[in-house]
Amino acid sequence: MELAYGHPKSLKPVQSKYCPGCGHGVIHRLIAEVIDELALQERSVITNPVGCSIWADLYFDFDSVQPAHGRTPAASTGVKRMLPDHLVICYQGDGDLAAIGTAEIIHAANRGEKFTTIFVNNAIYGMTGGQMAPTTLVGQKATTAPEGRDPAEAGMGYPIRVCELLATLGGTKYLARGAVNNAANVRKTKQYIKKAFEAQMRGEGFTMVEVLSPCPTNWQMQPVEAEEWLEKNMIPFYPLGEIKNELGGAETKEAAK
Amino acid sequence: MTEKTFIAGFGGQGVISLGQLWVYCAMKEGLEVTFFPFYGAEKRGGVARASVIVSDREIASPLVTSPDSSVVMNIDSLPICEEIARPGSAFLVNSSLVKADPKRKDLKVIKIPCNELAESIGDVKIANMVMMGALSKVTGAVKLDKLEAVLRSFFPEAKHKFIPMNMKAIEAGRAAI
Amino acid sequence: MPDDKRLMKGNEAIGEAAIRAGCRAYFGYPITPQNELTAYMAKHMLARKRTFIQAESEVSAINMVYGAAATGARSMTSSSSPGISLKQEGISYACGADLPMVIVNVARSGPGLGGISPSQGDYFQSTRGGGHGDYYHLVLAPKSVQEAADLTYEAFDLADRWRMPVMILADGLIGQMMEGVVLPPERDLASLPRKGWAAGHQADTHRPNNHVTSINLVPAELEALNRKRFARYDEIKSSELRFEEVNVEKADLVFVAYGTSARVCLGAMEAAKRAGLELGLFRPISLWPFPHARLAELAAKGKRFLSVEMSMGQMVEDVRLAVEGKAPVDFYGRCGGVVPTEEEVLAEARRLLGK
Repeated sequence: MELAYGHPKSLKPVQSKYCPGCGHGVIHRLIAEVIDELALQERSVITNPVGCSIWADLYFDFDSVQPAHGRTPAASTGVKRMLPDHLVICYQGDGDLAAIGTAEIIHAANRGEKFTTIFVNNAIYGMTGGQMAPTTLVGQKATTAPEGRDPAEAGMGYPIRVCELLATLGGTKYLARGAVNNAANVRKTKQYIKKAFEAQMRGEGFTMVEVLSPCPTNWQMQPVEAEEWLEKNMIPFYPLGEIKNELGGAETKEAAK
Repeated sequence: MTEKTFIAGFGGQGVISLGQLWVYCAMKEGLEVTFFPFYGAEKRGGVARASVIVSDREIASPLVTSPDSSVVMNIDSLPICEEIARPGSAFLVNSSLVKADPKRKDLKVIKIPCNELAESIGDVKIANMVMMGALSKVTGAVKLDKLEAVLRSFFPEAKHKFIPMNMKAIEAGRAAI
Repeated sequence: MPDDKRLMKGNEAIGEAAIRAGCRAYFGYPITPQNELTAYMAKHMLARKRTFIQAESEVSAINMVYGAAATGARSMTSSSSPGISLKQEGISYACGADLPMVIVNVARSGPGLGGISPSQGDYFQSTRGGGHGDYYHLVLAPKSVQEAADLTYEAFDLADRWRMPVMILADGLIGQMMEGVVLPPERDLASLPRKGWAAGHQADTHRPNNHVTSINLVPAELEALNRKRFARYDEIKSSELRFEEVNVEKADLVFVAYGTSARVCLGAMEAAKRAGLELGLFRPISLWPFPHARLAELAAKGKRFLSVEMSMGQMVEDVRLAVEGKAPVDFYGRCGGVVPTEEEVLAEARRLLGK
């Protein structure tokens, strides 16, 4: 009898420390499932960012490297250049990637570094307790934007669409945006991750999957409410889909786009 | 034997290559050497100076602050070189470009019309080589007998045709003393 | 002259020695006066199909080294003072994660942007753990192009042996000057030992996961880790001390100087000897660990010391710590990119001795 559904080998069978309704657990699982499907468990290295997912090494059952805040793409560059036949995953949050590490991600992407960034965008700082992120929506409240993000009057700037920003760079080959707020989006996100990992192993260039992910704790919502909020507020601003696909081979293009 | 030489001129006069070739030859002759360049902030033109030491034993400070020999390639370098030259030391002046005499009377001034001699051989660019020939003759510190081989490794293949001209410049410099 | 003696700039000799030591990856960012080193690595690392990246910043460069070192590869970065300040975050993380790497500082004058001329103003930053947290790393200070090459070559072995960054603290003069150098033999990359703690190649041995990290939120555990690291520091202090002594026994006054300043002192000593005056030199080569004990011995023998530095007085604090008030310690320094002359150093020694 074939096992239709089980726990991925690349993910340890432990309970995570993530808050109820947090998207990290689902995203971890998707990564682990794809690694299992590609049989890369013993040939994978993840660089974990400073932020809630700094503990990812407790959950992923393969090697990890944990660098300074925002420097994850630089460290992943070093790892991947030394281990070109390994799957290297650069896991980043919105503060890590789009604030303190903006230089690192832009230049790693522009060099066409052959690792895959998994960019978890929950529009807020999680670990430090709900501060405004570069991706916080206009009007969205945060501890450092108590009246809501105000781009003009308070000079808080505008939310950054990272995929679109990186799409102009020659080194980026695959940039997709998924979400983990419902089953359909989860399945789609997994397809993007798989496509990105396969492209990495073919050595095509820089690949990234941005994942819109709920943070009920810092959004101060119930988990179900957070998923609805993501659908209604984040997705209209951060459109889902393959933002850039210059991968070789027509079969890799998203169907019916 | 330790010979500390201070070389000064402007960028493009071959001050740096004079210093480098001097120590390169000295090294091939079995001596200890140091070469320390100094340039102005300009990427072209501007001042070019070099502290150059050759010795038959370990060299202490690589900076030449009281030179045994000085090479003055242009007029602007004259006061700089005069200020630090050791009393009684050899003071080699490119008289093609330095028409004034040093104010100090305690220096062994030797005038070499480097530019004219270089032009008569075929190219003003080898004025530095004329000066190096003179420096060798005056100090005796570096014989330059390995110069031809040094030039072959110093210059890229395409420039090897200029080596005979460079060797002539050395001879002209020696002969000028 | 040995046939293999080459005339090289310090910066280039450091690069060639690193390549021969088995450096597989170099990451750097342009800054004067160490640009020849980055350019040398670009040419020669790429020619050997090794990794060279001109990073977007010094911050990135040190973190690329962090990543490469985490896989066990010999890797390095280089910069000059302001750039080394930027790398300090990464150096702290590397020390916290016990990663071997080589960092070259071809120091220039500061503070701030300062100037591009040689300086020894980075002594405190280098020897006190220049970033945040409780840590040290080896710091080696060459005095010549030959020593710069030799120490760089050895730095890779020391980094691996002690699992820590090793810094080569040179200055703009050593980086820019040319001297004759005999280079060490080329290491075969395949001969370098595999590191059991490194990330990657898990499939070869099916070992448990390796996690390269500096985080630990449990105070008691982090304290234990730090204490273990400091126990290693104690071993290093007893086994990796390096210094040179010249004419110390005969001398009434002993210069304490490293790198370029030590060369200047040697010149002053020669001039002193001609004038019938015996001066000595104590030259620390390892600045961390600092040879405190030997200086204390010399102090007990009644020597007096003059610390000569291209700074406003930094190493002199270590000299004073070493002699614990048992001997007079004076200081003479120039800064801002000024290199002291033999003449002025000798004059200061004479003034102190009243001779």
